[in-house]
Amino acid sequence: MTLNYISGAEAVIKALVDNEVEVIFGYPGGAVLPLYDALFENKKIKHILVRHEQAAVHAAEGYARSTGKVGCVLVTSGPGATNAITGLTDALMDSIPIICLSGQVPTHLIGTDAFQEADTTGISRPCTKHNYLVKDADKLCEIIHRSFHIASSGRPGPVLIDLPKDIQLSNVKYVDKISKIKKINNNNSSNIDENLINKVATLLLQAERPIIYGGGGIINSGPTASKLLTELVDILDCPVTLTLMGLGCVPNTNKNFLGMLGMHGTYEANLAMHNCDVMLNVGARFDDRVTGRLNAFSPNSKKVHIDVDKSSINKVVSVDYGIVGDCKEVLSALIKEVKKLHNQKTIKSKTKWWSQINQWKDKDSLGFKQIGNNIKPQQAIKSLYEQTKNFDTYITTEVGQHQMWAAQYFGFSKPNHWMTSGGLGTMGYGLPSSVGVQIAHPKSLVIDISGEASFLMNMQELSTIVQYKLPIKIFILNNEWMGMVRQWQELNHGSRYSESYTASLPDFVKLAESFGIHGLRVDNINNLEATIDEMINIKGPVIADIRVEKEENCFPMIPSGAAHNEMILSSDDNNKDTSNEGLALV
Amino acid sequence: MSVYQKNEVIEVKTSRTLSLVVDNQPGTLARVIGLFSGRGYNIESLNVTEIDKIRNLSRISLVTRGTSMTIEQIKSQLLRIVPVHIVRDLTLEGPFIKSELALVKLVVKGANRVEALRIAETFRARTLDVTLSSFVFELTGKPSKLDAFTDLMRSLGDTEISRTGVSAISRGEKTETKLLDQI
Ligand SMILES: Cc1ncc(C[n+]2csc(CCOP(=O)(O)OP(=O)(O)O)c2C)c(N)n1
Ligand SMILES: [Mg+2]
Repeated sequence: MTLNYISGAEAVIKALVDNEVEVIFGYPGGAVLPLYDALFENKKIKHILVRHEQAAVHAAEGYARSTGKVGCVLVTSGPGATNAITGLTDALMDSIPIICLSGQVPTHLIGTDAFQEADTTGISRPCTKHNYLVKDADKLCEIIHRSFHIASSGRPGPVLIDLPKDIQLSNVKYVDKISKIKKINNNNSSNIDENLINKVATLLLQAERPIIYGGGGIINSGPTASKLLTELVDILDCPVTLTLMGLGCVPNTNKNFLGMLGMHGTYEANLAMHNCDVMLNVGARFDDRVTGRLNAFSPNSKKVHIDVDKSSINKVVSVDYGIVGDCKEVLSALIKEVKKLHNQKTIKSKTKWWSQINQWKDKDSLGFKQIGNNIKPQQAIKSLYEQTKNFDTYITTEVGQHQMWAAQYFGFSKPNHWMTSGGLGTMGYGLPSSVGVQIAHPKSLVIDISGEASFLMNMQELSTIVQYKLPIKIFILNNEWMGMVRQWQELNHGSRYSESYTASLPDFVKLAESFGIHGLRVDNINNLEATIDEMINIKGPVIADIRVEKEENCFPMIPSGAAHNEMILSSDDNNKDTSNEGLALV
Repeated sequence: MSVYQKNEVIEVKTSRTLSLVVDNQPGTLARVIGLFSGRGYNIESLNVTEIDKIRNLSRISLVTRGTSMTIEQIKSQLLRIVPVHIVRDLTLEGPFIKSELALVKLVVKGANRVEALRIAETFRARTLDVTLSSFVFELTGKPSKLDAFTDLMRSLGDTEISRTGVSAISRGEKTETKLLDQI
């Protein structure tokens, strides 16, 4: 071996370090042994051994979303790679920057159905922003550097690099990171031109009933974007609503914040969307959970859409103005223009609009009655919020009713503190994601708000949590049902509860104890506060089994196939039968 | 998970010819085709070959059909694919040339052989192979001309047809050289 040459595996690790990777989540196997060898006793990169490759990707997602950095994953060939697929799809849907390194059988065996061979690039093609099979060791370093650029630029997403074992063992000359990678296509290049910004600013200033609707793109753009959005809201004194992915961009305490919109959004947010005359969408994608029935979506408004991804504009909703660009750049240009015009013209009075909105608010769509001793799940989240709001708290969730209650009743005052699976809706996301968050923020309070069914999907990660002494609090809203499924069966299928009962649950307290961590249980409202306090005060990880009202439904709700103004606020409201078309929807 | 309704406004679907310049590497074509199948767009014709050995680039000529909103989606989705460098909508850009090549084998005996040769001559098809009971003709031109020719051949006997799909280029002096130099 010549002096200048290092092994492919060493080059990979060096390239990761050059791209500022500090943590990698992974699981070893035959096809990645050279890489694991290169990691052995490596001081610069900390490897976190998860207990399932899906969890490795979710952990990397939690890490990425709570830090703004790229999350990094290492899995073996065949089953290692296929196990990672759900995580990659999740990251693609929610635009999370991930690098996934997968082992592959040596190049000369590719295509022979070798042991633990899978067509990983084939399988992962539709669920990655881009992927590579490295067949030429000379290209290895460049591919890794490029992958980081692809994962984190424009609309972020997962990139998979498939590394045959012989490539890991070959001798390569290390190639440094190049400063700029150009791509001539104009998809990500912005069209922020003065004229357009001026038109949009004028529109916003002249609006009588404006609303800003913000999404996850603001988080991806970095904390500045959130500050700018809040500034714009303040200048215009207009209502603002956020998608599930956007929560935290505007502080929950901001007086103009109407709460989340969409299927389980607040009455005021959805009705304001329905009745506005100007809608400014910043970094959201008119997802179907948000729009409700499309042909009745905000029928009388002029719509402006800001997005880094040109293909998001006019995909499902046609807009009057599409601005392609990074949220913070567009917002800062827009604020400048609004301020300039503001000096010349007066903003239209919004008194009437606000008094209308306040009437909708009076409906108190998130109101619930905590009566009797049973714990209402809504109250559990509300109390959790009240008792943790003075900490630097990060929340992850699984998928189901508890996720929606968390979005509705927990208040998020900062971006990057809320990790949930929005686009794919992956049960089992929250626990591994919390691992990534706690690794990135060892001093902070990290809570996985979970459902008992979702928890069972990735509970093997308890072992990871114990190994790395991660003081994660697992707050299970245990209703003994796949609550969200049960709710849909109640509303749409005549209460025929087919296979939605979570039978044979473990004793969560004993489960915790078997891992050597604390388990708590509470089933009486009078003990809720004390239990939450105890959970927070325990130094290590805790599983808190919060026994909640079993058949509580999540409201308000836009039934499938309905429009924003056809929300139902409670079960009694559900007097219309869902249309046949609505029934077909998910 | 869709609350999308069937679109009530029926907009006319038109045929569009797209011309793409992509990296000639494994997986690029799979991504392009996967985009069409995964998102339910249709491909009416597809033609791919390397056009630049030094820069390792291929051109994909692609004919698709859809409403103008769908076509705009297709174009921006195509541009999201990392190894796709240029996406041109030739139909929208102006006058362009569409050409295709067909190889048509005809099994024919007796009087129809003369008829086949006469038609081939009218269409300016070349005869590439002759046996006592068959011909292979080669014909280039617009797809509609190829359609007409193959239809006629079919009525004369048993046929086997191989077509390349449309290859397209814009008219006039405009080229992509400047754009390609930036790759
Ligand atoms: C991997 C996966 N499988 C199935 C579903 C469909 N699903 C959505 S919510 C839900 C029930 C979740 O139950 P639980 O975790 O107990 O939460 P709850 O709704 O009761 O709060 C199911 C099965 C899903 N989202 N993800
Ligand atoms: Mg449950």
